Amino acid sequence: MQIEIVLAGFGGQGIMFAGQVLSYAAMETGKEVTWIPSYGPEMRGGTANCTVVIADEEIGSPLVKNPPVALVMNLPSLDKYEPLMRPGGTLVVNSSMVDRSVRREDITAIYIPANEIAEEIGDKRLANMVAVGALLTAVSVLKTEDIEATLNAHMPGRHKHLLPKNIEAIRKGYAYAQAHTVAAKA
Amino acid sequence: MARELLKGNEAIAEAAIRAGLDAYYGYPITPQNEILEWMSKRMPELGRAFVQAEAELGAINMVYGAACTGARVMTSSSSPGISLMQEGLSYIAGTEVPMVLVNVMRGGPGLGNIAPSQGDYNQICKGGGHGDYHPIVLAPANIQEAVDMMPLAFDLAEKYLNICCVLLDGSIGQMMEPAELPEMQPYPRPFNQPWAVNGAIGRERRILTSIYLDPPEEEITNLRLLKRWEQIQKNEIRYKEYYLEDAEYVVIGFGTAGRIALSAVRAARAKGIKVGLFRPISLSPYPYKRIEELCAKTQAFLVTEMNAGQMLEDVRLAVRGRVPIRFYGRLGGVMPLPDEILDEIEQMVKHPPKAEDDPAAIWLHRMLETVK
Amino acid sequence: MATLVTPENIVYKRPVGLTDTVTTYCPGCTHGIAHRLVAEVLEEMNVLDRTIGIAPVGCSVFAYNFIDCDFLEAAHGRAPAMATGVKRVLPDRIVFTYQGDGDMASIGMGEIVHAAARGENITVIFINNAIYGMTGGQMAPTTLPGMKTTSSPSGRDVEAQGYPIRMAEMLSTLDGAGYIVRRSLHDPANIRKAKKAIRTAFEVQKHALGFSMVELLSTCSTGWGLTPVESLTWLEEHMIPAFPLGDYKISEPVAALKI
Ligand SMILES: Cc1ncc(C[n+]2csc(CCOP(=O)(O)OP(=O)(O)O)c2C)c(N)n1
Repeated sequence: MQIEIVLAGFGGQGIMFAGQVLSYAAMETGKEVTWIPSYGPEMRGGTANCTVVIADEEIGSPLVKNPPVALVMNLPSLDKYEPLMRPGGTLVVNSSMVDRSVRREDITAIYIPANEIAEEIGDKRLANMVAVGALLTAVSVLKTEDIEATLNAHMPGRHKHLLPKNIEAIRKGYAYAQAHTVAAKA
Repeated sequence: MARELLKGNEAIAEAAIRAGLDAYYGYPITPQNEILEWMSKRMPELGRAFVQAEAELGAINMVYGAACTGARVMTSSSSPGISLMQEGLSYIAGTEVPMVLVNVMRGGPGLGNIAPSQGDYNQICKGGGHGDYHPIVLAPANIQEAVDMMPLAFDLAEKYLNICCVLLDGSIGQMMEPAELPEMQPYPRPFNQPWAVNGAIGRERRILTSIYLDPPEEEITNLRLLKRWEQIQKNEIRYKEYYLEDAEYVVIGFGTAGRIALSAVRAARAKGIKVGLFRPISLSPYPYKRIEELCAKTQAFLVTEMNAGQMLEDVRLAVRGRVPIRFYGRLGGVMPLPDEILDEIEQMVKHPPKAEDDPAAIWLHRMLETVK
Repeated sequence: MATLVTPENIVYKRPVGLTDTVTTYCPGCTHGIAHRLVAEVLEEMNVLDRTIGIAPVGCSVFAYNFIDCDFLEAAHGRAPAMATGVKRVLPDRIVFTYQGDGDMASIGMGEIVHAAARGENITVIFINNAIYGMTGGQMAPTTLPGMKTTSSPSGRDVEAQGYPIRMAEMLSTLDGAGYIVRRSLHDPANIRKAKKAIRTAFEVQKHALGFSMVELLSTCSTGWGLTPVESLTWLEEHMIPAFPLGDYKISEPVAALKI
């Protein structure tokens, strides 16, 4: 088993952290995992992305050319990764920040209004966790409970009060995605 | 100890601390800043020495001083900073004192960029500074290996009174993987080596220097270095092999290029190609012998690097024309993807290279055609 | 639509000396102001076509994308040496370096001191923002005591990490220096004074009166973790007391210079 996931968006959308949460959960369920960021002067705004690879055995390349699963949090990221998706793959789109649909018919699209759902929960910074919840519908090796256990284990004490809302965000994202998946035609 | 999800640079820093690091001197440079930053927090916390030097030139000479006292000392930098350190490295080699250097390579030459590269293989493995000396160079391909290498690097440096360099690229420095850190060594370690300059309390005074004005004396010094190097070559060869039992073709790559090749090798296997991977871990000393042995059952080698074929020269030295070689490199901070290497493997099988080919020249012309 | 902007009512425009490339600086960074001042002065002196800039390693590494004259890019800290090399073979050109505090006062301390000591006829624009911006906010030689950076996480401890270096004061002790002043970029009045000083510095070079340097106190909102507006206040309240503004060296021939 090996799965590669790309997460992309603007700096500040919590993309790197979202990737790390997946990585922690993968590690804690006994998998091999790599998390690699695009690094550079991204603190000056601009787009950020990271790739997470989860596998049963020693991982070779931490990067892939054609990811089977990707989460895009904004339009530039959709434009960049849609053409790169592996046929049959799943693209999770943050529809709050993207005003077009996925053009390819050979991939599954999941549209999730992550910002709106996060605001409903009461904290717009949770958009990344909503998106992670949606992403999990396409990553069968990880369950929402794995992510929740990870957050519980790794959230520093002073942030612990945020845990229930994080869990709510993940669950809502997951449930919404299950109901709003546009399957590939091919 | 349990596995933790660790960032390469931070894991390296913490592993060195746990191995009993007494002093760290460095200067900021991307993509290894996290090492310096980690040290700036942890070393003072533990009552150990940390200085952000005014430059790499200062840093390496601080290392030189501390190394002469017998302390466990290291510095870290990235390509342009390592260039600045060459003077100190040569003096340290000439004075025969131990130190550990971590080089997180980036794209060059010149200021280049901060993306992952293996462009400094020659600089590190073949010297860089002036004079006849050989650093020990270890190249990890993942974070666990890098972590395990830190205590080893200190042990080797001290055992052979030699520079030991852990050579990686920005991608390993920046990425996160699960890894297990070593136990914290009891600290302080007693250090009182019979050569250390630490004050002549109750003993004859000692002098450490790299000047031997009398050429015959310098020649003897050089021979002493070389004798130890011979021991190192005998004892300290390290590499890892994958799917070589029945392999007809062998890919050779170190560090990140090696691990990317692993994905390609698996993909090629899935297509029925009998190919394996040989990943050198000690780059200096280089596993010439093992590659020589592999020639007997190998139809062709594919050497892949994130440079223009610097390690390729060492492979050619081992192969000596017995088996044809194909080369594939990416330059200037561009990381190859597994698909590219898979394609190279398939091409090698379909159009076998000839033993008399110049693999670097053939590759260069392919690159000039395709990368525009 | 009526034309709002006519030649008569233009009060502000991009100087000829700046390209129309959008800068890579963070919002609120004063590098942009310093670039503009240099460009305006070079334009006013009508020397853009015979000026050679030397960019440093630091956030202003791409200064040549923004300031529109010939440019070279030095190794970290070596700009004054490179400028020396250029000026000695092209003495009738205007040669300037543009350097940050890490570039100049840390790794490049040797080069700057000796360029000043030699009385090298070059102009140096020195951006002091008390931090390493480019590499992500580490301690600089000008970081204030107690100031938190990513490599002085509990605040600069002078016992372990020493004291800030005052470059203008230090270089002013050198006989080769003709004009050395410190200005600030935190408000319009000070920006105007900074521009005047930059003009004088380039005039000093034009009249071959020796080494000239303008130190400019600057902000780094990203590195300091403050908003752009907070940064300006912080500069005024904390940096100016540590790095007093003023004229540190005005040699006699420079004092006699009529601009
Ligand atoms: C030899 C060498 N060492 C280190 C670096 C990394 N480096 C790039 S910029 C910089 C510091 C820049 O800080 P400063 O001069 O204060 O300018 P700022 O970015 O704040 O404008 C450093 C250490 C380098 N490029 N070369």
